[in-house]
Amino acid sequence: MSTTKTAPEAEEAEAIQPGRGATVRRGPWWLYAVLGAGLLLMVVPFLWMVLSSVKPEGEVMSVPPTWWPETLTTDNYEALFTRLDFPTYFLNSILVALAVTAGNVMFGSMLGYALAKLAFPGKRVVFGLVLFTLMIPGVVTFVPLFVLTTNLGLTNTLPGMFLPFLAAPFGVFLMRQFILGLPDELIHAARVDGAGELRIFFSVIMPLCGPAMATLGILTFLGSWNNFLWPLVVAQTEDKYTLPVALALYSVGQNATKYGLLLAGAVVVVIPVVAVFLALQRYIMQGIAMTGIK
Amino acid sequence: MSTPASRHVDPTRRQQAVAAWVLAVPFMALFLVFTAGPVLASLGMSFTDIRSADMRTPFAVSFVGLENYTRLLGDPLFQKVVVNTGLYVVLGVPLTMVLALAVAVGLNRITVLRGIFRVGYYLPVVTSIVAVSVVWKFLLREEGGLVNTVLAWVGIDGPAWLDSTTLALPSLVVMAAWRNLGTLMVIFLAGLQTIPEEVREAAEVDGAGAWQRFRHITLPMLRPTLLFGAVITGIGYLQFFEEAFVMTSGGPLDATRSVTFFTYDQFSFGNYGLAAAASYLLFLAVVALTVVQFKLFGEKD
Repeated sequence: MSTTKTAPEAEEAEAIQPGRGATVRRGPWWLYAVLGAGLLLMVVPFLWMVLSSVKPEGEVMSVPPTWWPETLTTDNYEALFTRLDFPTYFLNSILVALAVTAGNVMFGSMLGYALAKLAFPGKRVVFGLVLFTLMIPGVVTFVPLFVLTTNLGLTNTLPGMFLPFLAAPFGVFLMRQFILGLPDELIHAARVDGAGELRIFFSVIMPLCGPAMATLGILTFLGSWNNFLWPLVVAQTEDKYTLPVALALYSVGQNATKYGLLLAGAVVVVIPVVAVFLALQRYIMQGIAMTGIK
Repeated sequence: MSTPASRHVDPTRRQQAVAAWVLAVPFMALFLVFTAGPVLASLGMSFTDIRSADMRTPFAVSFVGLENYTRLLGDPLFQKVVVNTGLYVVLGVPLTMVLALAVAVGLNRITVLRGIFRVGYYLPVVTSIVAVSVVWKFLLREEGGLVNTVLAWVGIDGPAWLDSTTLALPSLVVMAAWRNLGTLMVIFLAGLQTIPEEVREAAEVDGAGAWQRFRHITLPMLRPTLLFGAVITGIGYLQFFEEAFVMTSGGPLDATRSVTFFTYDQFSFGNYGLAAAASYLLFLAVVALTVVQFKLFGEKD
């Protein structure tokens, strides 16, 4: 990790370097045109989603489609929040995501620190398990997990939804990578000062882990917010649906052709996440670069 | 875990070990109960005839040996979903990687607006697959869908993408590549930035053209990153599910049904043993794919 420049740093470094003339450094115009066209393809589906969600049901399905809504309406959103129970789904999604995020940040940094800086028997086995688990598809565990949660009385409850996700290997891996880069001298100095081992973790290490915890927190929150298979299995009554479960079941159920409604639902699922992403994208990019290249 | 009590241990080392296990216990407890346990239980269940009716008595089921596995391998529907899943991987991984690499190489050559481009290309990754699947189902409608409307501008009469047994699966792959390329782009871009500028400049002085520099410098130096990208992308496509659930419900005629989808179906029918066996075959495929890709990309040095 220590050899990896974070992307913004590298950008700055490149920008200050004396180039061979500004135009060459900036890159050729055609490249901007190609990348711009590609960018359009990435963004247009989202614009189309938002535009269509404020059209009345008849106009949404019109052939050929209207570009700008001829009639602006908030009917679809009103239906989501009054006729359907989107406030509940929204709340369920948030509660599950917050619990999963708190668990992963806390437990991930604890074990991440132990693996990065402490010597203990079983360390290699634990780290090997964590790495191996990164490879296990969620589909492998959901059948026995369902039997387990049923016997614990946790099906169709929010704890049943978040408990199995509180300790994911990704968080351990990311925190370990980050903490490995912190200087050992900090820990030695604290030991010399007589601080206990746990105290060192909570008062010396954790305050330095802010950026990595932020990255992990955001990625975990996004992952939980978008998670589908497990909530689909656990939620059995509508009042326990998360947003993706509700949207998916409506989209294949009796509302399958009510695109105005479904697209408004998609907006409700997507827009909070896009807002969080745009505000905090620096941390996300760092996290991916951090775990992608060691 | 026991600390060796009999022989003398440096007290700070023992304190460290105790602290390490105190820190590790919450994670390991949750991990054992909710991940490691189920992974083993799933394997165990795959050798039994457990069904949803046995939910409260999961240990009072009959051992059936490899029956679930032989049933799966002889089931035409399972064979079909295996082929479909293979197609998702074989079409999806190269498409996603080529697109992501092209964008990353492009972004690496520009300096102005790079941040905005990067955010834009990454945007779909953070959004829910269910939500973007709803959006794409709408975009791909035969009549009045945005894709066919745009195709009509250039005189192409767009088909009913998702209702065709031949076009539905590739359509889902294209949509998945659109959604996933951002992750690889960021990883590749970070990899590209570790290639020293001097190496490229030296090659340029030696008369290497842009393609030669890409072929003989960028690609080889990026190999570890490409390998990592191929593995995580392959694992992702092996688990393909949500797109098909929302956009095609696995149809038409099971043309888009994947192994994960099949597993979910069997679970819904209450065939837990069979579902567990199917999920284990998928797990084996994930391990095999990872090993094969490490062999393919890892050598040649």
